Amino acid sequence: MHLIGELAAVLATALFIFALYWMGDPKTARRGVFAGVTGMTVAVLATWMQPEILHHGWIVVAIIAGFAVGIPLSRVPLTAVPQRTALSHAFGGLAAGLVGTAEYFLWLGEHSAQLTPFRTSALVAEVILGFLTFTGSLMAAGKLQEVRWIPQRPVTYPGQNVVNIGVLLVAVALGVVLVLNPTAPSSGQIFIAIAVLALVFGVLLIIPIGGADMPTVISILNAYAGLAAVAMGFVLDSKLLVTAGALDGSSGLILSIIMCKAMNRSFTNVLFGAFGKAQPALAAGEQKEWKQESVEGAAQLLEQARMVVIIPGYGMAVAQAQHKVRELYDALTKRGVTVKFAIHPVAGRMPGHMNVLLAEANIPYSALVEMDEINPEMPQTDVALVLGANDVVNPAARYNKGTPIYGMPIIDADKAKTVLAVKRSKNPGFAGIDNELYVLDNTWMLFGDAKAVLGDLVKQFGSGGIH
Amino acid sequence: MNDFSSVLFVFVLATFIGLGVIRRVSRLLYTPLMSLTNAISAIAVVGSIVVTGADHPLTIRILGAVALFASMTNIVSGFMITDRMLKMFKKQ
Repeated sequence: MHLIGELAAVLATALFIFALYWMGDPKTARRGVFAGVTGMTVAVLATWMQPEILHHGWIVVAIIAGFAVGIPLSRVPLTAVPQRTALSHAFGGLAAGLVGTAEYFLWLGEHSAQLTPFRTSALVAEVILGFLTFTGSLMAAGKLQEVRWIPQRPVTYPGQNVVNIGVLLVAVALGVVLVLNPTAPSSGQIFIAIAVLALVFGVLLIIPIGGADMPTVISILNAYAGLAAVAMGFVLDSKLLVTAGALDGSSGLILSIIMCKAMNRSFTNVLFGAFGKAQPALAAGEQKEWKQESVEGAAQLLEQARMVVIIPGYGMAVAQAQHKVRELYDALTKRGVTVKFAIHPVAGRMPGHMNVLLAEANIPYSALVEMDEINPEMPQTDVALVLGANDVVNPAARYNKGTPIYGMPIIDADKAKTVLAVKRSKNPGFAGIDNELYVLDNTWMLFGDAKAVLGDLVKQFGSGGIH
Repeated sequence: MNDFSSVLFVFVLATFIGLGVIRRVSRLLYTPLMSLTNAISAIAVVGSIVVTGADHPLTIRILGAVALFASMTNIVSGFMITDRMLKMFKKQ
């Protein structure tokens, strides 16, 4: 039986690695899901078959409950995928934290010889990472879902970083005490105190973070959830768990690095910098006026273009405008206009958010172009249509050291011959800064909900309004 | 101690494999990548099964059952939503 368990673990590990390998290409990616499901099934069955498992009823009930909640969670609208992802990081953290707690008290009560310094350290790491990921991800999910009692805008107060780091340091210090003396009479309380501090730290960590930072924060929480699983693997001496956790952790790490680079910021700056605080308006020396364009005029511009680049942002997701985008895409390509989509790495609220929304609307992925590849084409672009994107097209990022987005790589919308910007309101974007793009000479604004504006544009093409 | 060093060894190697493989993942697929790795790391379910199913005190098993539920939710929703998203990516 034990041998079967070991072999199953090796097989599952191999399948998980293949699953990620196949994600290298959209053509093979679905095979990856199949490999993952197979690996998971093998590992679960092999564990379940082990002779020490006696209470099968409990397992069946928990698994059925997991299906009952998991299936609806997999059917959320794609605009809600960032929340679902954050929620699943929370569940992952919760599972690690609870298993760590259970194992600790089990060993404390019955087999205290098991609590070696190494294993106790791993337990402390598992519980801290698990519980901080749990509450941190719940907060992130709440902010993304725009739950009413969780503030959307970053909440900051004086000494915030001192408090946050202090809470974490106390938890780690208690962890050291526990490792030095894992079976002291007070160690049970110390363990619980560590768990509580980790839960508190998770909340404190996310309070000062705003929506524009969510792609990075979700990636970092992903890495934490993976590391919590690794720590659990150390505790349980399971190479399978360590491998799967390391795969998850390295994925979170790589995505975090890419997201940070795409915003020209460091990890510490994201976590402790409270991005998105309203900036004082910069010297309003040369206030320029926006120029508004009518839907008819915009349709004419688009129709006469040879190449149109659409730059989607969170505004497209909020307005659920992706299907209207598809109609516009169809109308334009039918008239021989080349239409491409410029995807900034941090557009939206999680890595890859825009790609999924556009794919949902049946836009072929060959039309989705990354920032680095589209930028050289921008000067030859006739119309850049900015759709609910803001900071990722703000030319101030190139030279204005006073803005928080200084140094952030942007999509060069301003280099297109004409810019059409669809914007919900005349308010500044998430970073709270004015966007110079909107007042450039070659920029024309279309105010309104992205979905409504696009609907009107498509009508211009449909009803023969344009000849 | 020997056991721990071999697990540590596995961790280091797995991280290198992870970094190598993830680096190749298409940028188009970052959202499904995240839901897939999330489902995979829910392999923590094997730990929960042992805690829940073995002959432990009741409170321990309750903690295990909640953890098992949480991991199972991630497995089911993670794999299903990944597949649902990947189905949408079409070349033409």
